[in-house]
Formats: sequence, structure tokens, C-alpha cells
Amino acid sequence: MGLKSFPGGVHPHDNKAYSKDAAISKLPLPEKVIIPLQQHIGAPSKPIVKLRDKVFTGQPICEPGGFVSIPMHASISGTVTKIANFPHPSGAILPAIEITGDGEDKWVELVDEQDWMNLEPSEMKKRIAEAGICGMGGAGFPTHVKLSPPENKPIDTIILNGVECEPYLTADYRLMMEQPLDILYGLKIFMKILNVKKGYIGIEANKPDAIKTMRELVAKEPDINVVALKIRYPQGAEKQLIYAATRRKVPNKGGLPMDIGVVVQNVGTAIAAYEAVRYKKPLIERVISITGKIVSKPANFRARIGTLFSELVEHAGGVKEDIGKVISGGPMMGFAISTLEAPMAKGSSGVVLLDRKEARIDAEQTCIRCASCVDICPLNLVPSILARSVKYGNFAGAEKAGVMDCMKCGSCAYVCPSHIRLIQYIDIGKNTIAAQRHAAK
Amino acid sequence: MSKGYVVSASPHLHDRNSVAHVMWQVVIALLPAMAAAIFIFGINSLFLTIYGVIAAVVTEAVIQKLRKKPIAVADGSAVVTGILLAFNLNVASPWWLPVVGSVFAIAIGKHVFGGLGHNPLNPALLGRAFLVASWPSLTTSRFTVPKLAEATMSGISNSMSKLSPLVTEATPLAVVKTLRDTTMVSRDVADKLITHMTSGETLSNLFWGNIGGVIGEVSAAAILIGAAYLAWKRIIEWRIPVSYIGTVFVLILIFGGIPGADNNTVMLAVYHILAGGLMLGAFFMATDMVTSPVTKKGRLIFGCGCGVLTVVIRLVGGYPEGVSYSILLMNIAVPLIDRFTTPKPFGEVKK
Repeated sequence: MGLKSFPGGVHPHDNKAYSKDAAISKLPLPEKVIIPLQQHIGAPSKPIVKLRDKVFTGQPICEPGGFVSIPMHASISGTVTKIANFPHPSGAILPAIEITGDGEDKWVELVDEQDWMNLEPSEMKKRIAEAGICGMGGAGFPTHVKLSPPENKPIDTIILNGVECEPYLTADYRLMMEQPLDILYGLKIFMKILNVKKGYIGIEANKPDAIKTMRELVAKEPDINVVALKIRYPQGAEKQLIYAATRRKVPNKGGLPMDIGVVVQNVGTAIAAYEAVRYKKPLIERVISITGKIVSKPANFRARIGTLFSELVEHAGGVKEDIGKVISGGPMMGFAISTLEAPMAKGSSGVVLLDRKEARIDAEQTCIRCASCVDICPLNLVPSILARSVKYGNFAGAEKAGVMDCMKCGSCAYVCPSHIRLIQYIDIGKNTIAAQRHAAK
Repeated sequence: MSKGYVVSASPHLHDRNSVAHVMWQVVIALLPAMAAAIFIFGINSLFLTIYGVIAAVVTEAVIQKLRKKPIAVADGSAVVTGILLAFNLNVASPWWLPVVGSVFAIAIGKHVFGGLGHNPLNPALLGRAFLVASWPSLTTSRFTVPKLAEATMSGISNSMSKLSPLVTEATPLAVVKTLRDTTMVSRDVADKLITHMTSGETLSNLFWGNIGGVIGEVSAAAILIGAAYLAWKRIIEWRIPVSYIGTVFVLILIFGGIPGADNNTVMLAVYHILAGGLMLGAFFMATDMVTSPVTKKGRLIFGCGCGVLTVVIRLVGGYPEGVSYSILLMNIAVPLIDRFTTPKPFGEVKK
């Protein structure tokens, strides 16, 4: 079978060799954790604990701030020692709850539902919502919201995203190698909740053993297909993945996959959903890759949410050379952050460390209209015009040219021979226009 | 760990391509045509090209100094302009012709508009247009016949010299232009000449460059080697050259027949593609990034437009050759083409 793909895109070196063979290892309990109130798309969660409250592992410490929001849970047992602003994995400074551990990891009571597959769909969804699960591939859309489409938008297809097209990252790959059955269970739960017959698992062709493992597992499942995808960035972007697997196009101007009958969930999210449904286990840990050329022992850790990046790097053996850049997430869409004292959140798939040379920034030159960005834009936009419009303050022009459709995959800036910070301009444009729209309301 | 970490917008990877890399690749791609010119016309073609390059680079540096901008001649863009300008000249030109052309190309064609990336017209072609307008006798009327080609050209030039002393050292396109004038050429002669022109031997001479012409245009084969290199390096892509050359081929097929003669129009169309500046123009001038459309559909329109204008000028215009003017005219239309060919975003919905 030929590999499926999408039009456009780029092919950066995947650099996954650093950490791909490092089996997932469980970290010792951190002494303290910092749990940000905003780890997802939507309203920030609201704290329901006070300073000096004792908490158990898995105990809710925040309630959802609205429908499009999630609760947060203590990821270690101990005492609430601060509710204040802390460095955030996005590079900002945002409110968070600090818990100082008691070293005992005393859990709230979990269950082990033997007959979990026969739970009512509504009960399954309730457990997922209560577990505080949001998309674990990066964007962090609340999972129960994706599982609650309006009645006029019937869903017929679910796609699990195991593409992991960001260079360096290997967390999803390790999950597919080590917990394939849990992933399949998660997919079945999603299919049951949405009453969907057709399931796909999309995996990029640079992970042949993951494709083989998952294919063997679903061999007896006629309704579930593993789709091998061409090595092409951003193959794992939602719209591109849907197009590659089903040839359907998500409408632009704010359209959602549910508009064309599709729901996409990350493979890590599927495992979290399975654990929530079967054990009522809240999302308090995840797998994260600590990688890069300068990392002594690149690793994939199962670590508690709120563990500091500095601690993760230490467990990976520290660094062999000076750090030039700390990337929270993957190198194409992740955030460069100014401190390692930020905590990992539910959407933190990796920390990539670059040395000083790799972190070099080339001077921006004028656009020579080479159209490289136009030729590779997976959303068929004209990035050079978007950036130019924003640069000269023509936000109406940028909006008309489709700046709000841009998903900031970064392919354009990756190929630009003039080193123009296309994504930076586009981001300024998106934020300015969003603020103008908000003010107009 | 004492120094701070670099903080910048994503993406944090780059394919390490650069403007300088692109420009120097173009220079490399022009080397086969240079080598062919030296082989066919002699070493003077190299000297003229060097004069053009030096003049272009010095002009760029002086202007950047005057404008208090960083001196960026190392990016190679002025080198490309200098080479292309010289490639448009006859090998018998005086030394100052490429110099004057390059100064004009860089100063007026490029920096008046703000320098690299801002010029609406191809600087080398604008420089050539300036030279043609200022010294028409030096730039268009006489062409050097390569020594190697004297024997094969004699068939054409001997019969032509009887017809008109104006075209004794005519380029292939001048021959075909003269033939269209029925007051000058009898049907008998026309038939003979057409048969000669569309013979495999003549076409092969045109392809390899064994024929009169300007420095850089003479060998279609050498230009194709350079173009293939650029295509392999993904610096040019197929849309502009293919639509340009394709349009010329089709239009000559339909309208290119010479009145009153027995025409082998397919071969005549091949003759038109190989002769003159079409190959160099289609692969190296029309594809100039700064002055061609950024949209994919726009590039096709641009190439077709160049093709139509070239054929109009060649068949009914006042000059035997129209490549440079057609590209310049289409350059002017580029902002308009880009505006009307903005691609539909992925998943476009009407609202």
C-alpha cells in the first residue's frame, strides 16, 4: 500500500535517533510540583484548595473554569505551599499551584472496573471529563469537549494521531511500542462514546516498527486501520492527518474536524482516556522526551505533571555542553523558554536542548520573492504576503489573505532563504486581529 | 550555564538555505553557457562578462555605501546581474558596453527601487534595453559568426547576401524575419531557405550553438545543462519555463508559417525555440525570483504572457527578437498577476 500524505510541507531531519530507543522509565517522585491553571485551550481552571491544605495524589485541586475547560489534580501527595505566578511551559509567567511533597505518594482511591467496556457511553465521558484530560499532542483541547459534538454534526470516523511529525520527539513512538494495547482500548472507548464504526491510527513511515506493532494488534479488527503516512512535516497536524487518511478537508475560517464527521485524538490521550475509564485515574503523569545532541542520556520519562524541566534534564544525565536554547515541545512549533525552572504540563511532549551553534539566529534579510514559502504552505496560504502585511501594519490585508487560517506549523520560516521570522509576524497578526475582534464585540 | 538561553519565535530549525546560496547556485548554473561561449566565440566573451560583473559589483557596493546600508555584494546577486547583462551582448562589443550596461542595471534597475527584492523589473534586461536604445548599431545589427560555423552558415548567408546587404551577418531569427517579407524574397528562394533552416543539420547547429548570436544565448545545450542543475537544486521550477517555451511552440505552430512557402511548421517551431534568446530568457531571466509571480497559477500566466508577447514581436513586431521586451512587459504585470491569482486556502469555504 502506498504511503498517504497531504500537499505541501517540508522534510527536516527527524533527529529521533537520540531518544527513540530509550524505553520509558519512571522517574522518582519530585520533591515539589508546580501545576499551572492553564494547561489547555479554553478557560483557566479555578483553584479549590487553599494554602497549607493537605492533598492526596489524584485529588482535584482545581475545578473547570467553564465547559471548555478541565479540572486539575494534585500529581503528588503533600501540602499546597504557594498559589502564585510561576514560569509556564509556554514561556509566559502564569498562575499555578505549588505542592510540596511528603514523599509518600498517598493516592485517592482508584477503582478497577473489570467490565469497563460495557459502561454507558455517558459514564465513560463523565470519567474522562473528571480525569482532567486534554489533548496530549501539544494544543491541549479538552478531550470531553471533542467527544461532545452537537447533534447536527454526526461523527463517523475517529483518527488516532501517532504521527509525531515534530523532529526529535519520541514520546508517542515509545507509547506505541510499549503500550499498544492500551492505545487500542482508548480508541475503542472513543468509538463507543461517539458510536462510530470507523477508526484509523495514523503513523509516519519513519516509525516502521510502530506501524508493524499496531498493525499486528488490529489485524482482527476489521473496523480499525493503521494508516502509514509519508515522512513529511506537518503530517501530524490535524487537518493534514485527516486529509491524508480520509481525503476530507476541514473547512477553513475556523472550521473543526467535527464539521466533516471526524474526531482526532493523540495516542497518549487515548491511553489517558482508557486509564480514566477503567481506573478513574486522573491525568497526573505523562511521557515526555528529554532530548537533543547535548543531552548526556536522552530519555523518555513517565513523569508527574508539574515536574520542573530542570529536574527532568538532571535525570537525563545533564548536558555535555552549554545550552543555547531550551525548547518546550518540538523544534518546529514549540516554545523557546528562558528558564529550565518551568514545569511540564499535560501537553508537554518534550524538552529539546540545542547547543549554542544550533541556536544561532541568522539576520533577517529582505524578501527576494523566491516563493519557497508559497510552494510548501500546507494550508495553501501566501506566507510572504501575510508577514509583509503585518510588518507594515496592514492587519485588514493580513486577515483578508487568510492569516487567521494559519496553524503556525513553521514550514515557511524553515525554508525562507532570507530568514524572515514569518511565524513571528503571523503570530502578531493573529493576536492583534483576535484582540480587535474581541474589542468589537 | 551562566549565559542566558536564546529565546525566539518558532520554528527553531532552519534548512540553512540563504539568499547568497541561491544566487551563487545561479552563477554556477551559468558556467556551462560561459564555457560554450568561450569555446564558440573565443576568450573575449569571458573578458566582456568579467567587465560586466566587476562593474555590477562595484556599482552595488558604492550605492550601498552611499545609502548607508550594509555592503552585501557577497550575496552574489550583483554578480548574477553582471553575467546576465554581458550574456546579452555580441562578442565583438567594446569593453565599455557591458560596463555601462551593468552600472545602469544596478543603479537604475535595482537600487532606485530599494535594492534586492524591491526591483519590479529584471535589472539585467533593463540594462540591455538601455544599451539597445542607446547604441542600436552596437547591440543588434551585427553578429559574429563563429569560425566553426562558417561553412554551415554559408548556405544561409550566401543566399541572403544576394537578397539584401542588411542581413549579411544575420542571426537565425533575422533570417526568418526577412523571409516573411514577400516583397524581398521570392517563393522559390523562400522554399529553399526554409528547407535548409528546418533541416536536422541546422537545428543541431542551433542546439549546440554553432551559429551566430550573443555570448550567453548561443548554445541551447549549455543553457539546458545549467537549467537542469537549478531544477535539481530546486531553485527554479517548471512552471515559468515550460509555459513560456510551450506557448512559443504552439503559437509558432499555428501562426509561424512563412507566407507562400512550403512550411514544415513543427520544425520551424523547434527552430524558433532554439534560436535567439528564448532558452536563456525562459530559464534564467523570466525565472528571476524578484520579478516573477509568487503564486503557482501566476507563474503559468506569466510564462504564457511572455510567450505570446515574444511571438507577436518575432512575427509582426519591428525587431527580429522579442524575448527581453516580453519579459520586461510581463515583469510590470507581476503585482497584478499575484493579486488575482491568490491561491484558495486549504478547505476554502464561501462565507
